[in-house]
Amino acid sequence: MADVQMPPAVPVSVRVNGTARSGEVEARKTLADFLRDDCGLTGTHLACEHGACGACTVLVDGQAVRSCLLFAVQCQTREVVTVEGLTVDPETLTPVQQAFQDCHGLQCGFCTPGFVVSVTAFLADNPDPTEEEIRIGLSGNLCRCTGYQGIYAAVRQAAAELRGSK
Amino acid sequence: MTAGRFVGQRVIRREDRRFTTGEGNYIDDIAVAGMLHAAFVRSDFARGIILSIDTTEAEASPGVIAVLTAADLNAMSGPMYSTLLGEAAAAPPMRALADGDVRYVGEPVAVVVARDRYLAEDAAELVFVDIEPQTPVIGPVFALDETDQIVHPERGTNLAQSFPVNDTPEVEAAFAGAAHVVSRQFTQSRATCVPMEGRGLIASWSPSSQTFEGWVSSQNSHEYHAHMARVLGVPHHHVRLRTGDIGGGFGQKVMVTRDEDCIVLASKALAMPIKWIEDRRENLIAANQARAEILDVSMALDEDANILACTVRHVEDVGAYAIGGHASASGNLANIFPGPYRIPLYGVGSRSAYTNTVGRGAYRGPWLSETTAREQMIDHIARELGIDPLELRRRNIITDEELPYTSATGMVYDNMALTGCLEQAIEMVDYEAFRSQQAAALQEGRYLGLGLSTYVEPGAISWGSLAAERAVLRIDPGGKVRLLLGSGEHGQSVGLTMSQLVAEYLGCGVDDVELIQGDTATTPFGGGTAGSRTSVIAGGATIGAAKVLRDKVASIAAHLLEAAPADIEVLDGRAFVAGSPAQGLSFAEIAHVAYRQTDQLAGGPEPDLEASHRYQPPNMFTFSNACHVCVCEVDIETGLVDLQRYIVSEDCGPLINPMVVEGQVSGGVVQGIGGVLYEHMAYDDAGNPLASTFLDYLLPGAAEMPIIEIGHCETLADTEGGFKGMSEGGTIGAPAAVANAVADALAPLGVLTGEFPMGPSQIIDLIEAAASASA
Repeated sequence: MADVQMPPAVPVSVRVNGTARSGEVEARKTLADFLRDDCGLTGTHLACEHGACGACTVLVDGQAVRSCLLFAVQCQTREVVTVEGLTVDPETLTPVQQAFQDCHGLQCGFCTPGFVVSVTAFLADNPDPTEEEIRIGLSGNLCRCTGYQGIYAAVRQAAAELRGSK
Repeated sequence: MTAGRFVGQRVIRREDRRFTTGEGNYIDDIAVAGMLHAAFVRSDFARGIILSIDTTEAEASPGVIAVLTAADLNAMSGPMYSTLLGEAAAAPPMRALADGDVRYVGEPVAVVVARDRYLAEDAAELVFVDIEPQTPVIGPVFALDETDQIVHPERGTNLAQSFPVNDTPEVEAAFAGAAHVVSRQFTQSRATCVPMEGRGLIASWSPSSQTFEGWVSSQNSHEYHAHMARVLGVPHHHVRLRTGDIGGGFGQKVMVTRDEDCIVLASKALAMPIKWIEDRRENLIAANQARAEILDVSMALDEDANILACTVRHVEDVGAYAIGGHASASGNLANIFPGPYRIPLYGVGSRSAYTNTVGRGAYRGPWLSETTAREQMIDHIARELGIDPLELRRRNIITDEELPYTSATGMVYDNMALTGCLEQAIEMVDYEAFRSQQAAALQEGRYLGLGLSTYVEPGAISWGSLAAERAVLRIDPGGKVRLLLGSGEHGQSVGLTMSQLVAEYLGCGVDDVELIQGDTATTPFGGGTAGSRTSVIAGGATIGAAKVLRDKVASIAAHLLEAAPADIEVLDGRAFVAGSPAQGLSFAEIAHVAYRQTDQLAGGPEPDLEASHRYQPPNMFTFSNACHVCVCEVDIETGLVDLQRYIVSEDCGPLINPMVVEGQVSGGVVQGIGGVLYEHMAYDDAGNPLASTFLDYLLPGAAEMPIIEIGHCETLADTEGGFKGMSEGGTIGAPAAVANAVADALAPLGVLTGEFPMGPSQIIDLIEAAASASA
């Protein structure tokens, strides 16, 4: 095995789901691959790797971002939350997760983590969205199974639930 | 509607707790010790001679284990035919890697195996493939009629399959004597499945035991199992395949593709476990595609617009390496074309062409161009004859009184709500009110349209290796229930719906049941989940096994309770004497006796809590049916189509779970909409695929989709439980409904439609063509 010229590694230090993660990664390694391969957080899925489908959406400092378009080293000192980190208590679903289950907002489930993270961020910004705003809020994520019907319903239910709990 | 304690209920899915929290276990989440990673080097040319392949630099690249070409892999490979269609099926000359020439853009030429995917891709860029390009064969009509270039020289012809035109003299006489004859051509543009998770597998060969273990993203693990045993040249029991969660399939993961074969062979060649995860570009340019078909349809009608006869000429593009044989669904298409209408005389012919494009494979409703063409045809006839399209359908649709009805192709339709679904959908949309709105809008210069589409869906095709399914059902030593099926869940809620059937027929809770599927070493042989077959065939097997197991439970309980088995009731996971539920035994107590205290059953029933049942439906096809209505507004300045309402009325028999059925309908409809308005897998004349990212291949998005309103009619099929398959129907009905709505909206402008896609630019072109024709 020719092992002489491995690409150089760069130190990185990130908080992921509340835990400090430090290590060395290649500068070219995406945040998505860092989360999946280095942190073992395989809930973040890759479905296009060019920023179009939203499956890899995570929160960086509270903002929904596509982890396939960021390098891990760009998240130095930042706070990353993945789908695994949304629940405070792993036994209890968040209102958004619960709404996806209740409303059949998923079938194969592959796009679901990206939707759950996106909708979580969307409802934090806009707790009482109109139908039109829901549609626009969802337009950065692609689902091939559901035809979006259960997802529209899930966002409505989660919005109502989150408003009610405040 | 039929409803039991569990069947017919909106039970939610347990697995969603895993999926919504990131605990899914998809193929790329699975790792095995020592696993290497593969990346393909693919052809950039549609057709050409390989002059040389230089792997020197790639082999010296960091982390590279091997760079494999046809010289390394192809001779190792056993036959690559599918289990379903067998060795005798007409098929392209399959090969693992391109050898001597290339025949489509995306054809795998070399496999790089490296320590991680980044390093494999680095090295793949350093493999230099020198190709002398040749003129490619692009387009099925060109391939068949206009060139002497041959895609597969071994075959000597570009004709992949055909059946000759079978018009009878009676058909010809009907056309000759008809009051009206209408002819039109309909073109379906190439589209593809696009599961959010592409193909992927981990292949692990053991040289010491000559066995193969694999993890694969497949809808149909037993098909893959048998195929891989043949490719590896090992006995069937030297292979074990497993699936984790599967991120969608829609037909793309029903049969093994050559890319997957390459990874299997590479694992054997290197004696190392290798993972390959397809990226989106590969999925779009190199995974099987579908829908590229042209239909010429003629219909003869009498003075009252009753259809007298119909002829169809079908030409399709099956690409270079069609998947699992010639991949044509034209047999089904030909048989189903008359659809829900009384068409007494009918003739059809079909030809499928090899071209220098990626191969055709299954895609949800593979034969659906029959509905796409027929339903557009009905609307064209209505406009030409000046009859309302609903009225034309009402005149020609098969009525309940005519059932059972034998179609001109010998299909026997019975237990269907053909008029029921049409009338329910019409009522849901309020047809008359829409026509008034449409007329008022036109006065304001706004173009509204309504499109109808009715069809019969030949679900649960019971044929060959798909004919039957087995269910194995057992109560385990802890008193819980385990079901094993040859299904391949990839979003259909199979675990939930089959658990509902077990709960209903065995007598326990839904949460007491766990389904095991996808593991070929433990599950019974089956045809996977595809073709709208699981509820009917696996469901029938599950009900049968549940009934047998219920009787075993009752026999053991009767012995222990000193009662007659006929007096035992089984409910909520307990068996008791009818009328005395408090004196019963739980499944755990019964299991305790059956597994650990068998002496208590001495002289009585067998200490056995396992049942196995194989089920084959009574007919080759179990027909469901539906009617779709699409309402749209077309902006004639931009060509944008705004979908305002979408209605489906369908009859799939009793609903095991209405939530699941409606989810399947909605997802199917949106895929059907996509194939008309957004998705287009276009090739240029040089054979270059023009859509290799999601910025070019446009999936329907959440912002554009209408609310889908769903109504149900219910007639019982002759199957166990009365169920009919339905998961392809949404995709079958939607293209024509959308196309007819657009055509209806633009009819005042004299626009003639018939070709997909119908994106903004195509619609503007149609409007301009109509304007210049009338000028």
